[in-house]
Amino acid sequence: MRRLVSGIVGLAALLAGCATTNQDNSSRLNLIKNRNELICGVSGKIPGFSFMKSDGSYQGLDVDICKAFAAAIIGDSEKIQYRPLTAAERFTAIKTGEIDLLSRNTTFTLSRDSSGGNGLTFAPVVFHDGQGLMVKKESKISSLKDLSNKSICVGSGTTTEQNINDAFESASLPYTPIKYQDLNQVVAGYLQGRCSAMTSDRSQLAAARSGFKNPKGHIILEDVLSKEPLAPASDGQDQKLADAMRWVVFSLISAEEQGITKSNIDEKVRIAKNNPQLKPLRRFLGIDGGLGEKIGLSNDFVVKVISSTGNYGEIYERHLGQNSEVPIPRGQNELYNNGGVHISPPFN
Amino acid sequence: MKINQKIFLQFGICVIFFGLIGILINNLTINLTRTGLGFNFSWLFKPASFALAEHPLPYTSSDSYAWALFIGWLNSLKVIASSLILATFLGTLIGFTRAGKNSLLGLISAGYITIIRQTPLLLQLMFWYFVGFLGLKDNIFNISNQGIEFSGLIFSSEFLALLLGLSIFTSAYIAEVIRGGILSVPRGQWEAFRSLGLSERKGLISIILPQALPAIIPGLTSQYLNLAKNSTLAIAVGYSDIYAINDTIINQTGRAIECFIILLVSFLLLNLLITNTMEFINRLILKSRKYS
Repeated sequence: MRRLVSGIVGLAALLAGCATTNQDNSSRLNLIKNRNELICGVSGKIPGFSFMKSDGSYQGLDVDICKAFAAAIIGDSEKIQYRPLTAAERFTAIKTGEIDLLSRNTTFTLSRDSSGGNGLTFAPVVFHDGQGLMVKKESKISSLKDLSNKSICVGSGTTTEQNINDAFESASLPYTPIKYQDLNQVVAGYLQGRCSAMTSDRSQLAAARSGFKNPKGHIILEDVLSKEPLAPASDGQDQKLADAMRWVVFSLISAEEQGITKSNIDEKVRIAKNNPQLKPLRRFLGIDGGLGEKIGLSNDFVVKVISSTGNYGEIYERHLGQNSEVPIPRGQNELYNNGGVHISPPFN
Repeated sequence: MKINQKIFLQFGICVIFFGLIGILINNLTINLTRTGLGFNFSWLFKPASFALAEHPLPYTSSDSYAWALFIGWLNSLKVIASSLILATFLGTLIGFTRAGKNSLLGLISAGYITIIRQTPLLLQLMFWYFVGFLGLKDNIFNISNQGIEFSGLIFSSEFLALLLGLSIFTSAYIAEVIRGGILSVPRGQWEAFRSLGLSERKGLISIILPQALPAIIPGLTSQYLNLAKNSTLAIAVGYSDIYAINDTIINQTGRAIECFIILLVSFLLLNLLITNTMEFINRLILKSRKYS
């Protein structure tokens, strides 16, 4: 009898536990601060964006964006727990709260951004990409038309799958999609000759090609099938976290525009402190205006971000620049005043 | 007094059980609504807008998500049914040689079973696909790394790799089930048919096997169920089974919970079909034994 009673008590406790989970409606921003650690969803498999090095640490543009968020929210760019996620897992991971935010080459689209769709919200675009096709040089394929009736290796569960279908369908070209769950398998299928071409974002094609035995034997076709603006994302119902993320990304872009770098940030802070007439710079660096507090961060969040990751141009140069392992010309990803599309609204 | 106590106890357990389920469902619904993921199945009838490499019935990308899922289910069924047959055939063969008297064949079968059972299925599938099929370079006997053409029918490399991988993996387990069944028949039965002058093969098939079947069938059923569930590893070799298609749909619509419910229900249906068929066969065997 005593065992029965204790069993019932245990069950009741379990029920009470079930009933009270997830009742907290406050912003995740506070949760991250209290936890003193940011849980960031990444891919972990794309050189240049997020890739695990041999020592087990992650590096890449997407990883540095995580670091910028951690520096702004917690004040320490190293207090991050990375969660490598597949394309299919990533949105569920946000909605269930398994991760705080996603920085994983994710395309910003209407369905993903809307409450009637995936219910996310996106930070500003950190990399403008476009979907392309890679073929073997010896195949003599030079355009979409040459791929009629051929097999194409595609990663499943991505916008890639939809874009390739749209492109071939609107050109009335029949094709066979061979779908794999992850990019490594797409590459293996393509290299083994299962498909005549592989398709993915052009940056990913370049990254994959950099690891081939003979990178020069493969060409990326001129056809660009889609716009792929890649942006960090978070839960659409958490306005506070979304605001903070939005302005952290803008601060990276704005810092590049103003020529503020990791190496001169301390000097810039000193100049701003000594010159009360430099109003925009003082607001940007958090000396005046209290802008950081308005988005739930400390006023000097920009200083913390830039001194840990550098500005957008520095991040780009480090992972995708001429001397990096995955060189991708900056093109569209230049600032607006340099022929590109990155622009930051004013810090007012 | 004692009976009253029992009734009270059972009533209490019922209340707790249903209460628990109720609270879980309620909790799920509240949390789903809170995160904007409330149940909704209307997306099922919107166009899928993705293409499929293999479809037993006509399919275009303007067909609905529901139709795409059904095609996926058929693709799953196709690979499950054919590997089930191949695995049973292979497994029986190996089980017999393992239990048989020829020690060389027995040794080979034991080696086969050991290797297949000690390595993960995912690894085996990747091996058959990326090394076995995609490694094929020349077009011999209509076999190439694009698949096999057999009297007008084309089987893709993805389907064949999955078929082969699942069959070989399951056959190792089936072989052990069959061997166990054969060994469960008393030795006296072997001596009996030998003394009657029956050949080894005739005796095995008409005397030993019928007696071994009741011990084999339940084990076989659970191997079949495992095979059906293992077929979801299709996604690793690019075969469009129901799980792979579900994966794409979750990503396009963001309806993870609904998609998993559909997946659960379709596998439940599939496995109930397998279980009931096997039970039916089992009953037939028991019945026929009674009257023979």
